Amino acid sequence: MTNENLIQYIYGIADNSLILGQRLGELCGHGPTLETDIATTNISLDLFGQVRSYFQYLAELSKEELTEDDLAFLRKEREYKNVLLVEQPNTDFAYIIVRQYFFDVFHFMLLEKLQDSKNVNLQAIAKKSIKEVAYHQRFSGDWLLRLGDGTEESKKKVQQAVNDLWVFTDELFHVTKDDEAVIKSGHGVDVRLLKDDYYTKLTNQLKQATLEVPETKYFQKGGKQGIHSEHMGYILAEMQYMQRAYPDMKW
Amino acid sequence: MENQEKMNDEKLKSLEAIFEAKIANDEKIEPKDWMPEKYRKTHIRQISQHAHSEIVGMLPEGNWITRAPSLRRKVALLAKVQDEAGHGLYLYSACETLGISREEMYEQLHSGKAKYSSIFNYPTLTWADMGAIGWLVDGAAIINQVPLCNTSFGPYARAMVRVCKEESFHQRQGYEIMMTLCNGTQEQKDMAQDALNRWWWPSLMMFGPTDDESTHTEQSMKWKLKRKTNDELRQQFIDQTVPQADILGLTVPDPDLKYNNDTGHYNFGKIDWDEFWQVVKGHGMCNKERVSARKNAWDNGKWVRDAAVAYAEKKSDKEEVRKAV
Repeated sequence: MTNENLIQYIYGIADNSLILGQRLGELCGHGPTLETDIATTNISLDLFGQVRSYFQYLAELSKEELTEDDLAFLRKEREYKNVLLVEQPNTDFAYIIVRQYFFDVFHFMLLEKLQDSKNVNLQAIAKKSIKEVAYHQRFSGDWLLRLGDGTEESKKKVQQAVNDLWVFTDELFHVTKDDEAVIKSGHGVDVRLLKDDYYTKLTNQLKQATLEVPETKYFQKGGKQGIHSEHMGYILAEMQYMQRAYPDMKW
Repeated sequence: MENQEKMNDEKLKSLEAIFEAKIANDEKIEPKDWMPEKYRKTHIRQISQHAHSEIVGMLPEGNWITRAPSLRRKVALLAKVQDEAGHGLYLYSACETLGISREEMYEQLHSGKAKYSSIFNYPTLTWADMGAIGWLVDGAAIINQVPLCNTSFGPYARAMVRVCKEESFHQRQGYEIMMTLCNGTQEQKDMAQDALNRWWWPSLMMFGPTDDESTHTEQSMKWKLKRKTNDELRQQFIDQTVPQADILGLTVPDPDLKYNNDTGHYNFGKIDWDEFWQVVKGHGMCNKERVSARKNAWDNGKWVRDAAVAYAEKKSDKEEVRKAV
């Protein structure tokens, strides 16, 4: 495993939290209740906290003099390695919840295994983060039940979100060449091994929510290679605005 | 019949006497205690207005979450806006104890019947506005709110203790943003000065009309909803804030501002009360956006709230069935 393999592997994890945190940050003050508003903001905060831990570690690994903010705000779109799922827009509360649940289940499983990484930094971040993610998963899982088994309208909306976002789930289990090297060295998690459990868990939860499990065989991919959806450019334009408009300043 | 009326009259007088005595002895009035109708109404008005201010106040700052210039600032801003949601939550809860539902309060906000702090009808145009709001707007809010920690209505007083602690943290955070800008490049310093120029006068207006124009002061003083007058609080804010601006190296945008050695206070220029009333009456830059953002959130969230209720009912039905079996 090279240093660069490890750096790319960590981007693959941290960028998910970064972009999902950014998406959730858009919602602040606009939620259906004050309580859900507080909860989604809280999840966003947790995710950015995790991002900072990963990026501070990445800055150490880097050969150049870089800060966590250089990594967060000054890369080109192709250099962000998040999955397509997390960049999907906040279409409505059903999409927000389904996107969250599909990610949280994966995120929890990943962190569970990452706690056993040979890399002590990743191990420590995973141990801290998994407590937060356990809460995220409970929040999104509970809301999935409420929306699925709530009213006719909510069922229709959440089923639509499930159908539309399902196509982004497969990518969570893709392994890049960098990942491969890091897994081999015992520093990374082989996410392929989590796939069956993930779909079993999703299927059970969807059934409990009286929802149908989509049967599509066609999935979307690309984020892990830095090939994103059209949404990504706008996310970055907003997120990077200050750093691009006022370069080299301290805030 | 006459006796009955006399009895009721006497009973009312004795309740009033107990209430007055509690207020005079600095004891708290609790939700279950008898209180005059006017006390209840005034408190509903003020506490709900305060809660609305917290919730509407999330919007101008929420406007910069996605564009915050660093991860540290982004996290701090998210946490701050989340604190405001929390303040809204306990203030709405305190208000609910007076016999009004949260839905009714929202309805009053959305219809324009209930007011919120006018300052949030000004736009946040640059990152420096996040600093200026923390420093000036939260600074002014603290001066208004600290006396409320001892107000007569128990749930309000207790909510305010927590609110004030967090607000003073926000104020320091805002000042620190300004400090960082003022120690930065010329461009950053200009941004800070521009923010001070735009937020200074609206912050002074946060203390409300001058004492001779203020209608609620006397009654509010008695109930400890107020301990100092609008003009006294405004002066306190100016005296406290001008030296802070000096430390930053920024110029307060008031050519008449001058320290008065005789009074020990700053003299200041004339506030543009026409602007104040324009914004209060709904014609500020962002009045429409702020209310419609809240209204949209509420309207678009209806199906979500309905689903949660329907789900809870189904669950409790199942629970009933399970118990019966």
